Amino acid sequence: MKKVTNVVVAGLGGQGVVKASDILADAAFRAGMDVKKSEIHGMSQRGGSVASDVRFGERVNSPMITRGEADCLLVIAPDQVDVNRHVLKSDGVLVSPDTVANIGKIQAKTVNVALLGVLSTHLDIPVPLWEEAIRANLAEKHHKLNIEAFQRGREAARSTQA
Amino acid sequence: MTRTLHERMLLSGNEAVALAALRSGVLLGTGYPGTPSTEILEAFAALGGKAQWAPNEKVALEVGLGAAFGGARALVTMKHVGVNVAADVLFTATYTGVSGGLVLISADDPGMASSQNEQDNRNYARAAGVIMLEPADSQQAYDFTGAGFALSEKFGLPVMLRMTTRVCHSKSIVTQSPLPQPQATPNFKRDVPGRVMIPAHARPAHRRLREKLARAAAYAENCPQTIIEKGSKALGVITSGVVIAHAKEVAPDASFFQLGLSYPLPLNAIKEFVASVDRCVVVEEGDPILETELRAAGLNIEAKPEAFRFGELNADRVRRILEHDNSPEAALAAGKPPMLCEGCSHRPVFETLNKLGCIVSGDIGCYTLGVLPPFSAMDSCVCMGASIGVGLGLRHVLPPEQAKRVVSVIGDSTFIHSGLTGLAEMVYNPPPNGHVLMILDNGTTAMTGQQEHPGTGRDLLHHPTGHVRFEEVIHAMGIRHVVTIDPMADAVALENAIIEALDSGQLAVIVARKPCILAAPKIRVYERAAAEKMMATE
Ligand SMILES: Cc1ncc(C[n+]2csc(CCOP(=O)(O)OP(=O)(O)O)c2C)c(N)n1
Ligand code: SF4
Repeated sequence: MKKVTNVVVAGLGGQGVVKASDILADAAFRAGMDVKKSEIHGMSQRGGSVASDVRFGERVNSPMITRGEADCLLVIAPDQVDVNRHVLKSDGVLVSPDTVANIGKIQAKTVNVALLGVLSTHLDIPVPLWEEAIRANLAEKHHKLNIEAFQRGREAARSTQA
Repeated sequence: MTRTLHERMLLSGNEAVALAALRSGVLLGTGYPGTPSTEILEAFAALGGKAQWAPNEKVALEVGLGAAFGGARALVTMKHVGVNVAADVLFTATYTGVSGGLVLISADDPGMASSQNEQDNRNYARAAGVIMLEPADSQQAYDFTGAGFALSEKFGLPVMLRMTTRVCHSKSIVTQSPLPQPQATPNFKRDVPGRVMIPAHARPAHRRLREKLARAAAYAENCPQTIIEKGSKALGVITSGVVIAHAKEVAPDASFFQLGLSYPLPLNAIKEFVASVDRCVVVEEGDPILETELRAAGLNIEAKPEAFRFGELNADRVRRILEHDNSPEAALAAGKPPMLCEGCSHRPVFETLNKLGCIVSGDIGCYTLGVLPPFSAMDSCVCMGASIGVGLGLRHVLPPEQAKRVVSVIGDSTFIHSGLTGLAEMVYNPPPNGHVLMILDNGTTAMTGQQEHPGTGRDLLHHPTGHVRFEEVIHAMGIRHVVTIDPMADAVALENAIIEALDSGQLAVIVARKPCILAAPKIRVYERAAAEKMMATE
């Protein structure tokens, strides 16, 4: 079967988990791939666990990622890493909030997008498409800060990978 | 607000339904919020469709049915339990039938991501005699919605489009195709025997319904929603809804029969399919409905063990079913449960009810979280509106020292939805020591994402409209002891108000009014916009 990339985005309600997975799915969509994205979002209240599955490739069937099938796990809340680790493949990539802990000041609101910057260095989606997806999914007044956060995330990833 | 539409789009199932409804010429969308269905009407409105929130699902379906009697296409949306509320309408709407296309969306929640039960509304198709379509992804949500209106008109029956949480909230790619358009414009045609269900008319109407369903079954045998994909002869999978996607994941070479039109069943096509494969497995999420019906038809099929009746299916669970893997499933990782937000106006109410040792007959909404520590102040929660009736029942039978501590607690949207009749019961059959009802009016339907309702005085798009004022209604219904209080202002005053109501031994209603802290900034914007509009027109 053709390869499908599986990414789980996790965190707590109010941290922009769904927004981050929307941006990721949109970027993959813009890259011309088949995409499925799925999460359970019910409650309005802030603070509960949220996880969103994004799958893309030539052809995607199920919208859900099962245990041990994620190529990447992006976690926004430190205390949600352990809760979600079981989804990762044994050689899967964990993008934890620590990755962007030392990149200088970015607004708390944009941590999700900074982590997408880190994630982007592990995926085959061209940067301009990421930026288009960020613009398409956020109000104009937030564009500048988020594009910046995304780039900071990329730099942070490169400096640790180098 | 109208967005630009592209040919190829990444849409949730809910957005796809909304888009298809718009492109099918739907004149009216109505419903009551409920996860996972809520975004359909919001998206329909954002696209420029006429959409409105009804006070509850029964009213929504009645309004939709009236529109369809008038020859218009109507979309009615609700979550699975909403269909229980609307069921009285549904079971006779299949007798009257419709002129304009009527599509009822039932958004089921296997696994109960945010519901009080996981009822399988495929049962309703059988019980009420309604044509059922079950999309697997957003493309099918779009296509089947379009087909649903055409089928509803073709057979003169309401069509129920059953979604599930995974179909509603998953995004996948939709390519827009033109959809069948309405054949007529709204126009009243008198049809007394067809529309007035006195027994003399209903008897032939029931026979007509069965004839229509027989025709629909014949149609289903070979229609675009009956999707047969021939693969290996070794394994055939019969399924409906999102399960087809999981099945293709784990058994890509199998033969597949997707029941896109899942009621009435295309039995001949199914028989042929079963005969064409060596081994045939029915893989269905929820109740063993297809299994039972196909076995009753004498078909030699396999089906899932009882353990898979519970919760959602996914690729791994489908694999287990196909491979007879009965090893224990890993427990779902326990995440962090939701909590009442910091600054939530429900908090002080439950702190006080806990402190006073009340027996709390609760209801459904954000405030149900009052059951969790540190509040631990809810003793029952069943369905929307039940707080009042259940509280009254307890008051009637408990020994006086317990009965006097019973309080019913209901949210504002829930009070409008199904609390008004409970209040009538309270006035009509008062318990010996009275009763205390608290309405937690946070100015929004917070739980489902801050929808308006008749008690907010704003419509779906947040513009001012008629306003049902709680205190006036409560007075008019005959309650003398009515107190309005800001629960965030003064904890002592709140406690005293509750004690006084409990001690009065009379019927009392306390309206605790303070906007939901997440909704408050938006409510201020809506109020300002309304005030500016008023000034401009004066
Ligand atoms: C019959 C039915 N329809 C819809 C729902 C979904 N639902 C649960 S509670 C609720 C309303 C909550 O609003 P409100 O009573 O104002 O309480 P809040 O969440 O604002 O605290 C809705 C729409 C349901 N559970 N049952
Ligand atoms: S969303 Fe509003 S009503 Fe719900 S818990 Fe938060 S503050 Fe309370």
